[in-house]
Amino acid sequence: MPSLGADMDAGSVLEWCVAPGDAVHRGDVVAVIHTDKNDIDAEAFEDGVIGALLVEPGVEVAVGTPIATIVPAGSSSAPPGSPSASPEPEGEPQPEPEPEPEGEPEPEPEPEPEPEPVPEPTPAPGAGAAPHEPPVFSPLVRRLVRDGHLDPDRIIGTGPGGALTRADVEAAATAAATGTAAGGPAPSPAPRPTGPPRRVSPRARRLAAELGIDPNLVVARRGGPVTGDDITIAVPITTAAPTAPPAAPAPAPAAERSASSPPVGATAAPGDERALAMRRRIATLMERSKREIPHYHLLRRIDLTTALAWLTRHNEDRPARERMIPAALLLAAVARAAAEVPGFNGHWRDGAYQPADRVDLGLIVTLRDGGLLVPVIADAAALGAPEMMERVHGAVSRARKGRLRSSELGEGTITVSELGDGGADAVFGVIHPPQVALVGFGRPHEVPWAQDGMVGVRTVVDTTLAADHRVSDGHAGSRFLLALDTALQDPAALEGAPS
Amino acid sequence: MTDARATVLDAISQIAPEADLDALADDASIQEAVDLDSLDFLDLVTAVSEATGVDVPERDYPDIATLGGFVGYLEARLPT
Repeated sequence: MPSLGADMDAGSVLEWCVAPGDAVHRGDVVAVIHTDKNDIDAEAFEDGVIGALLVEPGVEVAVGTPIATIVPAGSSSAPPGSPSASPEPEGEPQPEPEPEPEGEPEPEPEPEPEPEPVPEPTPAPGAGAAPHEPPVFSPLVRRLVRDGHLDPDRIIGTGPGGALTRADVEAAATAAATGTAAGGPAPSPAPRPTGPPRRVSPRARRLAAELGIDPNLVVARRGGPVTGDDITIAVPITTAAPTAPPAAPAPAPAAERSASSPPVGATAAPGDERALAMRRRIATLMERSKREIPHYHLLRRIDLTTALAWLTRHNEDRPARERMIPAALLLAAVARAAAEVPGFNGHWRDGAYQPADRVDLGLIVTLRDGGLLVPVIADAAALGAPEMMERVHGAVSRARKGRLRSSELGEGTITVSELGDGGADAVFGVIHPPQVALVGFGRPHEVPWAQDGMVGVRTVVDTTLAADHRVSDGHAGSRFLLALDTALQDPAALEGAPS
Repeated sequence: MTDARATVLDAISQIAPEADLDALADDASIQEAVDLDSLDFLDLVTAVSEATGVDVPERDYPDIATLGGFVGYLEARLPT
């Protein structure tokens, strides 16, 4: 069971996306993990073949418990796809990130630094297929096909050997959804199998006992076990609205949901309760930031005219799916500035600054029904703008569907808030501890711009840096913003990966 | 013959499921009325382009900023 956050001590498999004998590549989604905060797509840490699934769906296990074995690629004599390949785990158990024992007993939702760097861009599903073999569908692709109720034979594969890639399936799903279901609800994945018998997590039991709540009367949010968050969420509900219909002790999960909250998609649309829990987590983190971090703020107005003109040319002959938005250039530039100018990319721990050796860029994503998530773009300084666009697009979409991947949940080393077209002119950010800097982009807008004694109209973005004064000062911060500005004046250089 | 209006509305509802599409006026900015960021808007253009086969280059974005504009843009380019 991977650790998907410092406050996670247990989790359960909600759903297996693979079966014994399946070939997996690093980055493929192998299981959906249910924690008391989130459902997360857990990715394979290495290439190989699934040996055995060791944990039944719905059973909560401690972090660190092996949940499956992966026979590393090349070490298995059995052909991939043979279910009898290894009833016994013959390979190493899947290497699990050990939860680092942390000294401070703070109950913060502070994510652990991910021990296993997975800087890999989107894996090419089915890359192992030889040209003349039938295309191999990766588990992720299979799941997308299944969830989208698509016929894989009718999708044209663009991967090696005609294999279906994720992009192929997503394109087909989008086409199917927009082409047929006029006015219908958002396409939702196949309904979850009926949940296991009602279970209550240990933390939930403890909390329930402290608060005098019968956990059997608490509604679990997704038909999973009743968790700590369900209990704490139940407090305002049970005290403020005692007449609300109590949940039957063990109704079907779907009935639970409809009895207690607005109808939600199977994976998306967090309800009010989830939004409350999220708001509490934001409150805790921001309180800690303002209590502990001596912020200073700098502003630099950056001329985006050159970058936007380049972007217009780049997008001109491309179909919408391949176009970039300005955020891709802005984020690529931040990542490179963070790698270049020391003092802004890392963490403040145990009274000292610990610089990070690569840039893991947190991106603040506003959810449609309130709240924020901050998916992490791993090793962002190594990305060209098109790859950045792809990663940002995927991370934002998944964040809004409530389904981030484990590699996107790591602890960032610096965070960006990008308000976009509809935003305010500038944002003066609050640093996410234990990070030491946050870059804010306001709404790009036209201004009269004086240069070399002449006035013209330019499109600018007011760019701010919030930084930790324990680590850096205004001089270094100014150099950071200058590096960011300089990078944005050479958009062609941002397109390629840095050498 | 694709129903341009239904296609656009459906694509919007995929991106902003909570939006009240009945209240979306023909002459209102879609981005403002439904609160779409630039990534959402790109998703909208992608979905509609791929559903109808009508490519909307970026330079035409001002023409499709409103629901009425978008529908008219598509109808002028769809086979009847």
